[in-house]
Amino acid sequence: MAHAQEHTSHTKLIWKVFAILSVITIVEVFLGIEKPDFLYLTNFIGTNLLNIIFIVLTLVKAYYITWFFMHMADEKKNLRRAVVWTAVFLIAYLATLLLIEGGYIHSVLGPLTKWNY
Amino acid sequence: MEATIATKTNHSTWDGGKNKPLGASYGKMMMWFFILSDALTFSAFLGAYGLTRFKFIESWPIADEVFTHVPFMHGVSAPMYYVAFMTFILIFSSVTMVLAVDAGHQLKKNKVIFYMFLTIIGGLIFLSSQAWEWKQFIGGEYGALQLKDGKIIQFVDKTGHQISLESFAAHTKTERVRSTRSNGLWFVSESSLPPVTVSQVVAGFKANPDITIRTEKLNLETKQKTIIPREKAMAFLNEAKAVVKGANLKVNEYGKTAFADFFFFITGFHGFHVFSGVLINIIIFFNVIIGTYERRGHYEMVEKVGLYWHFVDLVWVFVFTFFYLI
Repeated sequence: MAHAQEHTSHTKLIWKVFAILSVITIVEVFLGIEKPDFLYLTNFIGTNLLNIIFIVLTLVKAYYITWFFMHMADEKKNLRRAVVWTAVFLIAYLATLLLIEGGYIHSVLGPLTKWNY
Repeated sequence: MEATIATKTNHSTWDGGKNKPLGASYGKMMMWFFILSDALTFSAFLGAYGLTRFKFIESWPIADEVFTHVPFMHGVSAPMYYVAFMTFILIFSSVTMVLAVDAGHQLKKNKVIFYMFLTIIGGLIFLSSQAWEWKQFIGGEYGALQLKDGKIIQFVDKTGHQISLESFAAHTKTERVRSTRSNGLWFVSESSLPPVTVSQVVAGFKANPDITIRTEKLNLETKQKTIIPREKAMAFLNEAKAVVKGANLKVNEYGKTAFADFFFFITGFHGFHVFSGVLINIIIFFNVIIGTYERRGHYEMVEKVGLYWHFVDLVWVFVFTFFYLI
């Protein structure tokens, strides 16, 4: 704050990040509409390749939003790690446990579900 | 402070000590940690959605068949386009927000006002888009039958495309009228009746040899819902309990009720964040106009509300992926 006057404009960077986010979103929407069979029907670590691509693209978008829109890049390393490492660790942990549990419930419940009448 | 604490306190202690290990003001730091905890809340919701989806992996609704509507294009099945538009609105309002923060750093009051105004407009457009999306989902499209064990049966024509119940149901007379407070018990009422009854649908099914049914069960090889041959369909229809049109917290014409529950809950919770974000933005917007931050000498408040707004965008990026893409 003390050096508010020294701040130079980051407008160029902001528009660049916007362009990156837009391109990623357009790719996602395109893949979501097309659903190419070789991606959609190929299974890979518990889901299909298309979903893996979506998740990776989403994480890339999350990185750009956090680092350049929320200015995480300009924060001190301590603050950045306190927030980012905590979130990444806990969310990855939680998601892993919940998804494994969901798969287990399906393996128990699935055979019991009746589909013929 | 001096009255209650015996030790000498350095003023900067409350800003994190002289070292300033986190190098941020108290308010900004707390906004970051609030965002962290809120992110964990959202990840718990999305994680629960993932668990339920894995639990019903062979019968989960296909999002592309649910969210197919675009305004002013009635009857055209166009999945993704509308929600892509919503995503762009939110990303763009994030851009105007960060431009407002940037202008704030340079103490350009009028630029801050202009960009914050655009951000608020973007937020309002997003909220109204979401309201429209909810309306379509609640209203439903084709209608379906619910069996006694809760499963959903949809009707398809020869080509395997879904058809609406009204298009084939028999026009037999029905005695059923909606129970309201005025024509029954004063403390009992029911929600609006479905357009057709179970018996009309079954009669219409018998009269139309071209149509058949499909169940929620997914063929995991082709990722399509299973179509039941017509000869076997009557066994399903004999189990029919109710006509379902649209989706709510109790039934869902597209399949699993849990899908509707999670959709309403997660997008609703996110929408509530957008709503409160718009309110906070409006408050800060007027503060900028009356020159509060001009006099304060810095626009950190705009930065903090900007953090919240970007977080709302960040959450939408994940909701978009897990609800509409995957």
